[in-house]
Amino acid sequence: MTNSVQTSFPDQSLSTDELKSRAIDIRKDIVTMIAQGGSGHPGGSLSAVEILSSLYFKVMNHDPQNPKWDLRDKFILSKAHACPVLYVHLAHCGYFPSAELATFRKIDSRLQGHAHIKTPGVEMSGGSLGQGLSFGLGSALSARLDKKESRVYVLLGDGECDEGQIWEAAMAATHYNVDNLVAIVDRNGIQNDTWTKDVMNLEPLADKWRAFGWNTVEIDGHDFTAILSSLEEAKKVKGKPSAIIASTFKGKGISFMENNPDFHGKAPNQEQLQQALSELDNLK
Amino acid sequence: MTSASPREIFGATLVELGDERADIVVVGGDLNKSTFANLFGHKFPERFFDLGPAEQNMMSLAAGFASSGKTVFASTFAVFATGRPYDQIRTSISQPHLDVKIVATHAGIMTGEDGVSAQGIEDLSLMCALPGFTVVVPSDGPETVQAVRAAASTYGPFYIRLGRPSIPIIHSDNYKFQIGKAEIVQDGKDATIVACGIMVKAAIDAADSLSREGISCRVLNMATIQPADTEAILSAARDTGAIVTAEEHLKHGGLNSVVSQIASEMHPVPIESVSLNGYAESGKPEELLKKYGLTETNITNSVRKVISRKS
Repeated sequence: MTNSVQTSFPDQSLSTDELKSRAIDIRKDIVTMIAQGGSGHPGGSLSAVEILSSLYFKVMNHDPQNPKWDLRDKFILSKAHACPVLYVHLAHCGYFPSAELATFRKIDSRLQGHAHIKTPGVEMSGGSLGQGLSFGLGSALSARLDKKESRVYVLLGDGECDEGQIWEAAMAATHYNVDNLVAIVDRNGIQNDTWTKDVMNLEPLADKWRAFGWNTVEIDGHDFTAILSSLEEAKKVKGKPSAIIASTFKGKGISFMENNPDFHGKAPNQEQLQQALSELDNLK
Repeated sequence: MTSASPREIFGATLVELGDERADIVVVGGDLNKSTFANLFGHKFPERFFDLGPAEQNMMSLAAGFASSGKTVFASTFAVFATGRPYDQIRTSISQPHLDVKIVATHAGIMTGEDGVSAQGIEDLSLMCALPGFTVVVPSDGPETVQAVRAAASTYGPFYIRLGRPSIPIIHSDNYKFQIGKAEIVQDGKDATIVACGIMVKAAIDAADSLSREGISCRVLNMATIQPADTEAILSAARDTGAIVTAEEHLKHGGLNSVVSQIASEMHPVPIESVSLNGYAESGKPEELLKKYGLTETNITNSVRKVISRKS
């Protein structure tokens, strides 16, 4: 079956330079909405910008005017605390007005503190780590059962890989030979308490995914060319799922947040926000 | 009186539903021979997924299917269907209100010899704590068929609680199960016995024996614990002035809690509970029922006691 409906995305005309420029605006929106919300998780949102921009603008078939389009590709944010990066991408795609980003974490808002399906374009209610890969596997198996070409992309945190359920799902995905499922690990090296290597050593992480039978690659998770190439390569792999270990920096793009465990789950104050916006503007 | 095994009936009903609807998917956790979900697997292997004893993955995966438009039945033993993957049920299924039907078998203490780890006696408490979950405890085979079919045709998350053994058939072919409606099995004026599951039969027997003493009991089969039939409880309190609840579950958080809450808010009356007060042990099912007080005798004693408490 082919996708006969004209969709708004992917936008093939976008160049890598345009993606890079847009990534700066997206980072500004992320820190601004978290500052306005007064709480939230900037570190793991900023680390995943290039991953989500690649998926939402250049890879996934989706239609913001028809969020439930039957043949869409799906993005599952398993690390649902990083919802600011998802909300900003959804707003930039046109799922809801960008002005709504200012309502994040506030009463009566559709933009909940952790991703919830009440937001247009959000596929899974999350907030308890470890569940997204299983959910994505169910979605991928359902698409296969219905003979749809829909692909499912699940973003996992590296600290999230401490959860045993991730490995239950990893085992089941290869048992069922799904090849329309891609797990992307945002390998920023920091989890809630501190560095992942100090909380629970994950290495050799790529070898673990390989041992579970996944087609596994390791890339620079801030390099659009590497991300796009790995996602395109994953489409060619048949009979097994693909894992992309994306090496990233938590808090990427803002000097005092970058690689700083303190900004896993802390909002910038007004002074910090102004400095962050100024730093980001200087990247243009 | 003939008996039937609710879990066998569940398996057969799943196969019928699979024939009728292409959008039904079944997931299980390495207990499919015991839950009889394997009957569906034999007939529809492409729509059946045995995920091994990995219930957390099973529940979130069921949610993924449901969010893709499928009606999903997830089946395993009650202890593994509720406590083990409770967070997955809460976050992946209950909060987004997805169309997943959890059908648990081997609930209660009638699993017997396997001992306390296998005896699901907290499951109703756990599942009634989830907003939007419909919680059903069928009392026999015919009610099981109808409850499973009603769940399949009604959008939203369900928990259906079945036991291990064959149990007496108490409903005729004319019986019509309705979600959220208690059944008046028989009417009476001195007290009401509100029961669910295997305790409905014990309640009927208790009412029969009490009638010989001149005590008239209404018997309510409260198959749906959540949403509860508030009107039926209110009428029971008003009309009979005393209530005994009977369930194969801990006193806390199940049928007694639901009935007591409604009565206390709307029409307070004396209430007694026939239920479990703690963990049981290994033993023959009938021995366990007797030792832990889930008996017709205990119901009749509780009815006499609750009537004596009427002011």
